[in-house]
Order: sequence, then C-alpha cells, then structure tokens
Amino acid sequence: MVTIKELPREEYLLKGHAACAGCGPSIALRLLFKALGNKIILVVPACCTTVIQGPYPYSSSAVPLQNILFEATAASASGIVAALRQRKLEEITVVGWAGDGGTVDIGIQALSGAAERETNFIYICYDNEAYGNTGMQRSGATPYGAWTTTTPSGKRERKKDMPLIMAAHKIPYVATACPSYPIDLVNKLRKAQEIKGTKYIHILAPCPTGWRYDSSKTVEMGRLAVQTGLWTLYEIEYGRFKLNPPSDRLIDEAKRKPLKEYFALQGRFRGLTENDIERIQRWLDEDWEQYSKLTSN
Amino acid sequence: MSVSPKSRKEMPLTPLSSPTVGSMGKTGFWRTFRPEVDYSKCTRCTLCWIYCPDAAITRQEDDTPKIDYDYCKGCGICANECPVKAIAMKREEE
Amino acid sequence: MAQTIIDAANHIAGYAAKAARVKVVAAYPITPQTTVVEKIANFVESGEMDAEYIRVESEHSAMVACIGAAAAGVRTFTATSAHGLALMHEALHWASGSRLPIVMAVVNRAMGAPWSIWPDLSDSLSQRDTGWIQFYCADNQEVFDTIIQAYKLCEDERVFLPAMVCLEGFILSHTYAPVKIPDQEKIDDFLPPYKSGWILDINRPLSHANLVSPEWYMEFRYMIQEAMENAKELIPEIDREYGKRFGFEYGGLVEKYECEDADLVLLTMGTMGSDAKIAVNKMRKEGLKVGAARVRVFRPFPLEEIREFSEQAQMLATIDRHISFGMEGFLASETRASLLSQKDPPLVAGFIAGLGGRDVTSGTIEKIAKKSLEWMRTGKVEKETEWVDLRE
Repeated sequence: MVTIKELPREEYLLKGHAACAGCGPSIALRLLFKALGNKIILVVPACCTTVIQGPYPYSSSAVPLQNILFEATAASASGIVAALRQRKLEEITVVGWAGDGGTVDIGIQALSGAAERETNFIYICYDNEAYGNTGMQRSGATPYGAWTTTTPSGKRERKKDMPLIMAAHKIPYVATACPSYPIDLVNKLRKAQEIKGTKYIHILAPCPTGWRYDSSKTVEMGRLAVQTGLWTLYEIEYGRFKLNPPSDRLIDEAKRKPLKEYFALQGRFRGLTENDIERIQRWLDEDWEQYSKLTSN
Repeated sequence: MSVSPKSRKEMPLTPLSSPTVGSMGKTGFWRTFRPEVDYSKCTRCTLCWIYCPDAAITRQEDDTPKIDYDYCKGCGICANECPVKAIAMKREEE
Repeated sequence: MAQTIIDAANHIAGYAAKAARVKVVAAYPITPQTTVVEKIANFVESGEMDAEYIRVESEHSAMVACIGAAAAGVRTFTATSAHGLALMHEALHWASGSRLPIVMAVVNRAMGAPWSIWPDLSDSLSQRDTGWIQFYCADNQEVFDTIIQAYKLCEDERVFLPAMVCLEGFILSHTYAPVKIPDQEKIDDFLPPYKSGWILDINRPLSHANLVSPEWYMEFRYMIQEAMENAKELIPEIDREYGKRFGFEYGGLVEKYECEDADLVLLTMGTMGSDAKIAVNKMRKEGLKVGAARVRVFRPFPLEEIREFSEQAQMLATIDRHISFGMEGFLASETRASLLSQKDPPLVAGFIAGLGGRDVTSGTIEKIAKKSLEWMRTGKVEKETEWVDLRE
C-alpha cells in the first residue's frame, strides 16, 4: 500500500499551464504521472486537457502526447498499440485521457469498439460532468438537475452510467476514482498497468468553473461526492465487483452524508427543488441496492 | 526548455511542442490571494504538495513545502486541505 | 519471384499492401471496397503478411487508427469508398496536417442520397481540399504499381503527405485482369523501410498538434503546399524509376496519348482514359487530329502539364465523372483555371458523364469528341457544361 510520501517528486505536468485555478482534472493528471511515470504515450482528444497544454511551441506535458479528434481517443490508441506491438515496444503503456464528453457521448463508439477488440490500453475518463473545453454545455455525464449553459433550468435526464456500460463489455478492469482519494487512484492506475486488455478508469474530477464553487474547495467537493454516496469508489476486476474505502462502509445508508450538504456548495444545483432532491435520493438508494447485490455476488 | 522558432525554416513540419515550464507564462499573475505557509505549524504531511493542480508546490528533501509564486494561481486548495491550518490565504498587495 | 496473376483490382490492392510491407491496416468494410480488406485479412491470418489488421468499428476510426499507428512509427494502409470516405473527412484533414505518409485505396463509388453502389469519382474528388495526394488508376496493374510508388513518394522527406490511390468500383475493383507482381526483393530495394517526419517517442517527449495561434498556423499550411509542389516534381521521377526497374510507367502526372499534334485533346480521369484511347485510335483513322490525356494525379493538380499541351491544341474537352453542384465538374474547373494565364488559351468544353456508374464507352467518348470538334470549327463552345447521355 503506497503512501503519499512514497510518490515520486518528478513532475510531468509542468507548472504554468492553462488550467483554471483549482482544476480537478489537473490534480488527476498529476496523479496519473505519479502513478505511471513518464514511459507512457498519452492520447488526448479535444477536451480541457487540450487547452491545458498551452500553445505551440510550448507544452505543459512532459510525456509524448498525441492530440487527436474529439471522438477518436480509443481509435488512435488502437493504432498506437498495434504499431508498438509491431515494433516490439509493448512495454510502453498507451493511455487515453479524455473528458466526459469525449467518452460518454461523441467518443463512446470508438471506445466501445476498442474494448470489444480487447485493445491493450488504459482509457481514463476524467469527468467534470459537462463539456468543459467549450464552456460547460451539458454532456451525457451531467447529473440530473445540474445547470449547464445548455440546460439553464437544470438537466432533466440522469447521468449516463459509463463504468457499468464498460463493465458490460466484459473487459478485465473497470474502476471509479476521484483525486480526493489520491492513494486509491494511484493504486488503481498501477493495477491497471499490470493487466492485459482494455482497462477503464472513470475519475470524478470537480470543476470550480463549471460547478460554481470556490476554487479552494475542489478536493473537498470530491470527498463530499463520495461521502454522500453520489460517487462510489469501486473496482470490477475480471467481473468481480468490489467497493473500495470509504464507499464500502456506505452500504449502510445511515453512514452517507446528506445530499443537501453536497448540493448546497455548488451554484449549478441552485435550481434543485425538494422534488428533485427526493428523486435523486431515490435513484441513489436504487444504485446502492445494486452495489450491495453486486458486492455479495 | 523550448525555444520559439525564429524563422519558418526552424519550424517543424507539423506542430510539435516541447515540454515547457510556464507554457502560459508566469501564471502567478492570475492570483488575487496568495497562500502563505506558517512553517512552525506545518507538519510536513505533503498533502498540499499532492493536491496542487499546478504542481506549484515543491516538496523539499525533508518534505517541507515550497510554493513557487511565479506559477501559483492562488486557488486555495492547499489552504483548504491543510489538516493543521498552517496555510493562510492573504490578499495580494495592489 | 516475380509472378503474373489474374485477379480483381481490389485483391491486387491487397497484394500491393503486402508487397509494401505494411505493418498496420485499420479498415471498415463498405461496398465495393470489401474484398480489399477481406484479402488482407486472409494474408494476415495465413501469416503471408506480417502485419496487424485492426477491425475498427467505423471508417472514422479506421483513419484515426492509421494516424495513431503512423505516428507511432509504422507503415499503414487502409481502404474505403464513398460514404466511408466522407465519414473520414475530418480525419483526412488531421492526417495531412499531421504530415503522416498514410496510403489509402479509394474504391470510387457514387454518393447518396440515394444509395448507389456504382462508380463515379464524386467521393474522392470532393475530398480534393484535404491535403491528400490523389492518384486515379485506369487498370489493375496501375493499382498495384501506384500503391508502391505512393509509399515511396509519401515517405520522401520533401513530401511527408498522405495519398489516396483511386480505382473505380466494379469496373476495376471486381474485374479480373492479369497483373505482374514484381519480385519482393526488387520491391524492397525500391521501397526502403518506413520513414516519417516525426514520431511519438518516450525518449523525446513532444506534444503533437496542440493549439496553434494565428501567429504560427499559416506557415504550417504553407509547408503542406510546398510538399505538394515537391510531390509534383517527384511523381514523374518516381514513375520513371519504377518503369526502369519494373517495366511499367504511366507518364507521371498526366498520361498523354497522341497529343503531340492534336487539335482536340480529350481530358479524362480513371478508366475513361483507356476508352478515350480506343476512341482516339478510331478517329485518327478517320483523319481527325484528336489526342487523349488522362489526368493520373489530381492533387497536386498538374497545371503545368495542362498548360503545355494546350500550347498547340485548339480545344480541350474535359470529361468529368463528377459534378460539383452549383458549378461544374472539378476537372473542367481546374483545367479552365490553369489556362487563365495563357496568352492564347484553347477552348474548353466540359462534359459530365458516367455518374452513378452509367456506362461510358469509347463510343460515348467519340460522341463527345465529335461534338467538341463541331464547336471547335465554329470557334465557340455552345455549352460550357454538357451532360452526356442524359434522359430527356
């Protein structure tokens, strides 16, 4: 079990980059490098990270990085994996690093195809629950009731359950994570690197700009998401579902923090009615029933 | 560090960008508030280091955090997360 | 061992990819391209071809997978038609902007709506702006030879651009004809191992294609144009060298037939070029001074060649298996544009024929030629664009 102090000091996300102050995805990206080092190739579609790199001729990434078309992360990764195999360089890890838009919406086809082909790479979705790069329009990953620029009165539909969709592809490893739990995230990334096949990690990455909260609260926001049970830390390894701490204790609903605590801190949920919150609570309880069943299997 | 091409001949055939600290310049200019560490309270837990989205905090040999004010954007995560409240956010002087 | 085989052009394209020692193929099936990828799948599974075939889930992913593989350091190949090519459109831009030497066989097929599986050149011609080199083949042998030549061209450091090798659906793709496949050793000698202008490398980490401001973007585009100009010089060189080594060459950018003293030159692309030769032979016997020029390379456009043989020709008749709605066929447009700067340009008549696979025989072409000659005699082109064999 690694500790924070055991994580390497080297930085491969270089300071002076273009991310907003308090950017959750940036914390996750730093942790990716802490976990896997720099002998990796990153594939990045149009997303916040595209802009975070900064402008040519400079880049804030110190690992080889291919920027690619919005929907195409997994397709490009498939090509790179094949090429490296032909060149007998399979020890280089190929990592797709995409936002929620480029994963659950426009990117889902290529990802599904790559997973079905058992492509040997790690696909990471860093989820700030909207199209961040273009100014916070809704995505399939935007939760019910959230304000975005294209859902000004709150999204009417539920958040797409991408991790379970990926699990249905019967890939060897699916996990959820959050940079507020850095050791959990690092462990999952390192575990993924050791497994052959398609590995999918979905990271909830709070975004002060889009979620409308003070930039200092990013890590706290992620923690609250987990503590309320709205975001659950789990792994599905070769089909076996396992809840990770602290989510494992939240099967007992008494231990979950009240949803209002989470919603109250974010401007995007200002429009939630009592009805909305009841509905969200009901869905949450249903999800947890499912997790409970999956855990006991 | 990378150098900006001085002529078209020096440009690569397709945009290839080099790893650069400060790709957006000295982002410290973005700050309204700056974090200040009270080293007498600091327990060297390194949480501020790991949570900084900008990698603007360096972890010294003995785990003492050192903030690079050239690049710190003043987001306040370090102050918010410090378990002993050793970091305070102070308004930047005009 | 050199061998002559009798096979359909689609299979021949597969043989060419194998001979070029392609290492990654990513492709999605579409009529009439399907037998290209089926042939390659067979080669790969039997071990005859040392490569990986990624059975992608769409053409968009096919092109992007090729981009990834080429950027990661291997020779790549793909094939598609019509809507598959259209689906790849944004990825075509990405490939050329990335300066990756990908070669793709395009089995030309008409665009819908409505569905048509039959050949015309609308699919590839409507991608003329994407920065891809475009070859148009007239027979199965040329398909093989051009794919090999294309890799040599694209991987030249003065070029580093992708290329499409176009062949008409069914007329070539599914038609069996004898093709001489050269000795593999001789091909290896002609085509050295894969080279590209940049690579994803953990020892030299770079970010490719991040944001480029107005301060830099234009120069990158200029470099692509420069590469196209270089390709214009290199294509005839490579064709000639290939001819010396393997016995087949195609006139470089434009394959000219009986043009030296022609009053009227028929400008065609693809298989119509062969029918045009038959028509020319017949008309020459009748004493008519007609020549045929097959534009083998549409991008870069051979404007110098067009200007050259228009020096002595009184008239050019372009036959487009394509229409750009609201204007005319591209061969007509670009021919006309090439001649604008001439002091005494020839007349140009534009003909549209063969859309959606409508048959174009040497008889059709003779009709086109005779109408053009009529106009040539009056000194006036009656109709700038004439649709041939159109139902009233």
